[in-house]
Amino acid sequence: MSEILRLENVSRHFSGLQALRDVTLTVNRGEVLGLIGPNGAGKTTLVNTICGVTPANSGKITFDGKDITRIKTYQAARLGLSRTFQIVQPFAEFTALDNVAAAALFSQPGQSLKMAREQAMAHLVYVGLELQANHPAATLTLAMRKRLELAKALAMKPKLLFLDEVNAGLNSAEVERATKLIHELAASGITIVMIEHLMKVVLNVCTRIAVLHNGALIADGAPREVIENPAVVEAYLGQQYAKRNVARG
Amino acid sequence: MHAAQILVNAVVLGCLYACIAIGFSLVWGVLNVINLIHGSFIVLGAYLAFGLYNALHISPWYSIAVAAPLFFVLGYLLQRLLLNRVITAPVLVTLTMTFGLDLILNNAMIYFFKADYRKLTLTPSLGSVSIFDVVVPVDRLIATVSALALTGLLYLLLRRSRVGRAIVAVRLDRDAAVLMGVDVKSIYAIAFGLGAALAGCAGVLMALIFPISPLTSSGYLGKAFVVCVLGGLGSVSGALAGGLLLALVEGIGSTFFGPAHATTLSFILLIVFLILRPQGLLGRKGFE
Amino acid sequence: MTKSNIALLVLLAVVASLPLFGGAYALRLGTIACMYAIMALSWNVVGGFAGYPSFATAAFFGFGAYTAGVLLNKGLPLWLCVVIAAVTALLIAAVLGAALLRLRGHYFAIASLSLVEVLRELVNNATDLTGGGMGLNIPLGSGSGVLAEAMFFFYAMWILLLLTVLMVMAVAGSKLGFGLACIRQNETASSMVGLNTTLYKSIAFGLSACFVSAAGGVYAAWVHYIDPSDVFDILYSVKPIVMALMGGLGSPLGVACGAFLYLGLEEVVWRNYIQIHTGVLGLIIVLLLLFLPHGLISLRPANLWRRVKHV
Repeated sequence: MSEILRLENVSRHFSGLQALRDVTLTVNRGEVLGLIGPNGAGKTTLVNTICGVTPANSGKITFDGKDITRIKTYQAARLGLSRTFQIVQPFAEFTALDNVAAAALFSQPGQSLKMAREQAMAHLVYVGLELQANHPAATLTLAMRKRLELAKALAMKPKLLFLDEVNAGLNSAEVERATKLIHELAASGITIVMIEHLMKVVLNVCTRIAVLHNGALIADGAPREVIENPAVVEAYLGQQYAKRNVARG
Repeated sequence: MHAAQILVNAVVLGCLYACIAIGFSLVWGVLNVINLIHGSFIVLGAYLAFGLYNALHISPWYSIAVAAPLFFVLGYLLQRLLLNRVITAPVLVTLTMTFGLDLILNNAMIYFFKADYRKLTLTPSLGSVSIFDVVVPVDRLIATVSALALTGLLYLLLRRSRVGRAIVAVRLDRDAAVLMGVDVKSIYAIAFGLGAALAGCAGVLMALIFPISPLTSSGYLGKAFVVCVLGGLGSVSGALAGGLLLALVEGIGSTFFGPAHATTLSFILLIVFLILRPQGLLGRKGFE
Repeated sequence: MTKSNIALLVLLAVVASLPLFGGAYALRLGTIACMYAIMALSWNVVGGFAGYPSFATAAFFGFGAYTAGVLLNKGLPLWLCVVIAAVTALLIAAVLGAALLRLRGHYFAIASLSLVEVLRELVNNATDLTGGGMGLNIPLGSGSGVLAEAMFFFYAMWILLLLTVLMVMAVAGSKLGFGLACIRQNETASSMVGLNTTLYKSIAFGLSACFVSAAGGVYAAWVHYIDPSDVFDILYSVKPIVMALMGGLGSPLGVACGAFLYLGLEEVVWRNYIQIHTGVLGLIIVLLLLFLPHGLISLRPANLWRRVKHV
């Protein structure tokens, strides 16, 4: 397996708060990497740092053979790094169609608005929003907006796709539907990094798991291995629980 | 002019600038409104001092006691009756609104007081003090000390009083303040009233030093902009720092490039600060 | 082409036929109407499309007036002066825009307002070139008679307006306009989908300056005398905003109508209340914002009906 993304000793702090500490991580082509960790562990910051929203203070990030440590957000998008947001970020007044068209239009060179709209429709059909194509994004339900985010991300023809809690706030039927979509995407060959709290989904979908805790990477490996790692259990459930568990085990 | 005199002039002027800006900064910080009437409030305060002195021989120090409650009520009502209706609208709307109000007030002043420059001249004159070679007119000195006192009063009010803490709370986090039971609309009106009162008092002090005319209002407003951006929005100490920096830059600038370029320099400084350090020298989130 | 664009072009044609009906006074009003519409439509590119509250219009108007004024005094022909004013304003605004448009909300508003102050003071102090506070006399044109000259300047301004309208239509229907709409709604999300927001905002700022500066140039030649407090008047920054708010933000047809309507109001107020005309203007602004915050566009019959039902 060839690697598509490599982080070397990446750190980022926000006036005193160390959000990422020396994170070293590689992502391989075609895999589905689950990025997990307790709240405030730095998962979203890691994605933001890779995408150029909050550039790294130190370290090096390589994507597809290019150094992208100091890259601007829009350049990252054009290189094929795309993402969905934990808190959905639609263009509220635009229709669903134009939301996706914007993504298709600006992420690839030489697109016309007309072509972008045609492609956008195909992506809306793919995520099952074709009936809502002409509704303003502000009127969609949360589940629909999450799918809209996904359609936008796909319209950017990503090589690497970050999914930031696509399932948060969804009911179980909606989660099932989203999971199925992710499976299909992975099967189509897109490399995926997903931040996810639902363990069921993580174990179901991911081929590898990386765990962040207090901004540092504390585990990285096959799903089963990682969730039985005492350090991970401790990070999630506290020291006492971990000790008790080890004693029992 | 030697360095000590430039420095002393800058300190004196800087305190006055801080006093001009502090009410503007309070309103901007707490209400998130750029109050373009601020300059006209200052001029109105100056006319009040001028009128009281010439008609009733009330000296400007006592005029402050008249101006403060009068302007507070004026500001409070303006916010309650008008601005609260558009307070949640985008920047463009609130800004244009205060501009419209400023046109009305300024035009009214030109209509009633005419545009000529007047000067409040204390008789007998208070003279000036000189230490070594540094000369400071006494009226200027008194104005500076009063400006500092007003600034200090605001600081104490925000720090110590219940309503002050509520204002700071709204500034820090409006939604959380609502959950804590703060009546935001009324806090907005009080903050706007305080801003107006500070402007009125600043105007009284300005009357001691500068000529009075409705045409000077945009000059005061400009100073308030610059001081807020230099010092950083949201703190009494920031306004002081901004005022002193502005006065120093103007003083040094007019020594080297001639007085005509002082304003240009200050606005260029403003733009540079906005781009490179928009939080200002001492900017932070709470207003204290 | 959309219906509202056609309506806008028809409106322009109607304005162009003005000299058929009126004399010197009508031509003067017509020239100002075109000038106001240029300002409002230009402002709308950055204020309406991209959502940045710019107060820089007066800066570019004054810049154009002085650029053309100084060059006219050097003996250059008017058309060349206007072209130079437009192109330099475009470039300067694009460069400034890259820096200033990083600021948002109030900070951007104040920075753009300061631009007016800085330029005014610079012109005030560059006495050798501009005459400083004494103002600048601009040589009279051909001396071909009052009415002929009024006609000439009316059509000069009208052509600039036509160009502005074509520019605004081109922007609105293009990738640029689409991108500016994205920036207005959610700038972070815009850069996330690969939109170079700095570039787009710079272009928008440049375009919004270009025709205003050209109009300033024509204005200078028209009135023969300019001084800093006249052409860098902050009211030139605020009026376009009021016009755009009157007509409805973002819609070129609405904005152009707003400009004409505003001029009408201004003229009536000016004639009847000369001493308090700025106060009345202020009152109009306040009432407009309180009662008609979405402009005349919200008065379309359908919306009115909805409002009536609401009540």
